[in-house]
Amino acid sequence: MAELTKKGVAGFLARQGILVAFVVFMIVFAIANPRFIDIDNIFGVIRSSAILGVMALGVTFVVIGGNLDLSVGSMMSFSTIVVLDLHDKIGPTLGIPVMFAMTMALGAFIGFLVGYLKLNSLIVTLGMLSAIHGLTLTYSGGKNMDIADKEGTWFGIFGQGSIAGVPVPIIMFALLAIVLSIILSRTPFGRKVYAVGGNGIAATFSGIPRARIVFMTYLMSSFCVATAGLIQASRSLGSQNTVGQGMELEVLAAVILGGASLLGGAGTIFKTVIGVLILGFIQNGLLLMGLAFYAQYVVTWIIIILAVWLDIAAKRGRLWSPIA
Amino acid sequence: MTDQTPALRLEGIVKTFPGVRALDGVSFAVMPGEVHALMGENGAGKSTLMKVLGGIHQPNEGQIFIAEEPTVMTSPIEAKSKGVVFIHQELSLADELTVAENIFLGELPRKSFGRVDWKTLYDQTNAILKTLNVGFDARTRVGDLSIANQQMVEIARALTVDPRAVIFDEPTASLTDAEKVVLFEVIADLQSRGVGVIYISHRMEEIFKITDRISVLRDGQYRGTLNTAETNEEEVTQLMIGRTLDLSRSESTHQMGDVALEVRNLSCGDLFEDVSFTVRKGEVVGFYGLVGAGRTEIAETLFGLRDPSSGTIMLDGEEVRINSPADAIKRGISLVPEDRKAQGLILGMNCRDNMTLPQVDDMTAGPFVSDGAEVAIFDQYRDKLDIRTPGWRQLVGNLSGGNQQKIVIGKWLSMHPEVLIVDEPTRGIDVGSKSEIHNLIRELAAQGYAVIVISSEMPEVLHVSDRIVAMFNGRVMREFTAEEVTEDSLIQAISGLETDKVA
Repeated sequence: MAELTKKGVAGFLARQGILVAFVVFMIVFAIANPRFIDIDNIFGVIRSSAILGVMALGVTFVVIGGNLDLSVGSMMSFSTIVVLDLHDKIGPTLGIPVMFAMTMALGAFIGFLVGYLKLNSLIVTLGMLSAIHGLTLTYSGGKNMDIADKEGTWFGIFGQGSIAGVPVPIIMFALLAIVLSIILSRTPFGRKVYAVGGNGIAATFSGIPRARIVFMTYLMSSFCVATAGLIQASRSLGSQNTVGQGMELEVLAAVILGGASLLGGAGTIFKTVIGVLILGFIQNGLLLMGLAFYAQYVVTWIIIILAVWLDIAAKRGRLWSPIA
Repeated sequence: MTDQTPALRLEGIVKTFPGVRALDGVSFAVMPGEVHALMGENGAGKSTLMKVLGGIHQPNEGQIFIAEEPTVMTSPIEAKSKGVVFIHQELSLADELTVAENIFLGELPRKSFGRVDWKTLYDQTNAILKTLNVGFDARTRVGDLSIANQQMVEIARALTVDPRAVIFDEPTASLTDAEKVVLFEVIADLQSRGVGVIYISHRMEEIFKITDRISVLRDGQYRGTLNTAETNEEEVTQLMIGRTLDLSRSESTHQMGDVALEVRNLSCGDLFEDVSFTVRKGEVVGFYGLVGAGRTEIAETLFGLRDPSSGTIMLDGEEVRINSPADAIKRGISLVPEDRKAQGLILGMNCRDNMTLPQVDDMTAGPFVSDGAEVAIFDQYRDKLDIRTPGWRQLVGNLSGGNQQKIVIGKWLSMHPEVLIVDEPTRGIDVGSKSEIHNLIRELAAQGYAVIVISSEMPEVLHVSDRIVAMFNGRVMREFTAEEVTEDSLIQAISGLETDKVA
């Protein structure tokens, strides 16, 4: 009986390693600084994680489908700049849907290259990272973008508003997470994403249109990026044209931290949300512990690598293994 | 072989995994100069035993002896340094490197400053290759070699040490008959040098041709060792599965229906040419030929994975164009592919989801996948095909080969196809599951399915088919009815020796 319980614990650790790591981090930080678990602080962290989180939701689909998306950071800059510009030119009511359409056109283009032309997603999205950056600079003429009349617009609601005391970015993140989680886990489309990422050839042999599924994952990713851009633009009503720079790696880290396999076929939206929160709380915890801002980069990434290692070690049942 | 010390001896090996006793007190010994077959159904524990020998798993109990020295193995590299070498079923060579680099990978001869001593490398390699009598040299790129020759490279790699025991795991799985002959010569040569050979295979003919003794595992337990000369297939099978099997040809007992599928003058590039045949409802048509004869390519064309360059496909007398697998499925054609792990299954997905994958669009309640409908389908085919799994949540990758194959078959049966194509239905599957699958194929025909069976195993084709199409080099050489076919005429037809092609 005692053995059974031990097995149960080990099995739980192996399955939920990252969740356990999350709880451990929280406890350590909470002991180090009680302000960490203050409700305002927690809301603050989730709110500042929301932009990253929304992007990570979309990338989760791409990664489970067996591909990478490194273009989301510069695509988010694009969305932000475009919607701010359109706000003053054609107004937010029209500007927002136009921005979504433009961003999703980029997503469709990537999806076409990776899905239908079967080009390597790393190369394509790395290339698009630069290309979209150039597009943004061209569009903005290299200048930062600001809304002229910051007082007289309702556009700030997505980034600054709150409903019943809960900040709108958190609500948008939560809603999107729930909807996408249902799509991924409960619909035929979601099942096909897992199948295509798990074994693309077998999926084809089962009559699943692999190209179309991959295309759709990039389209969804770009939709999430557009949403993130909307929150970003609305938060400060102005932006540098490099606002999303480097976020593609943080997004990918959150997705992998959540346990999605880089080889495709595994992962869930819930786990990605945990990954996003871990990332957010680590950074916040380090800040509260008084660590210099620049040192945070180093420590954050060391913790990420450590967490991934522990997760894999728990699955293997030992810390080191000569074979994978 | 008398009063020698065994090259390799296992005593009372026990290996448990959570919930399973994978090996339960396995003991056997391989003498120098002996070819010792290790047999057992899938899941009997052969792979685990090999992993214990190679140091990938540590046994919970028991001891390994090399030349009667108690030995602990901690890694395949250590095993090799102690003279125990593995020739794996799945080759582990680097395609882009030369034969010599592959053979001495990790231990290239060096000159000063760590530079590779190419001359010594090539000389040593060629010396080894010479003993194997192969037709390529040390500088050949491995990716340019045939599978059989790549296997020779693996064997050559084993010979860089002075091996005491060499373990062959299903070495003939992807070899042609001619290539097998070469392999058997190499094994005989090892034998004459006093090396102990462990030979793992499901193929009885081979076992009886080349081995001296046969040890059998069942459910992780050692069931005994037989002298090959004093036993027969039946006895071995009985030991393996605890019952006897009937491998004689089964007679059709049912009436055949109309022509379900007719193929006329179908060609596809240089893969196959001018292929014509028909399959009637209730009929099993076997396609027999060598690897590369174009059989799989025909199946893939019928399933919409390849575009034919000319010719027509007719279903129920109506000409159809099949542009994609989805098209084929819609028209009632199903394909159980040749390579179940690469093409048939998503190993990281559970049993139920794998089975319902082609019809997941129809398994819905509103916009959502209906758990109930899916489980119902799974339960139905689990019972019908006797699939042994703890439950539908089990990942397919954890099942034995036979049960995996049944999941693939269940997946396509649940689509209720009119034409079922089964490519190599029992490759790498143990004898017990094999006969179950053969019976199933016969039963499906009796229920009115039109079935095409592609196989490289003659007994299988003879056993299940009502008619046999013999192929050679992309062409149909001859068609046989079950009554007229003989092994000799079939072999002649598939070697291209017979020219009187039947229209």
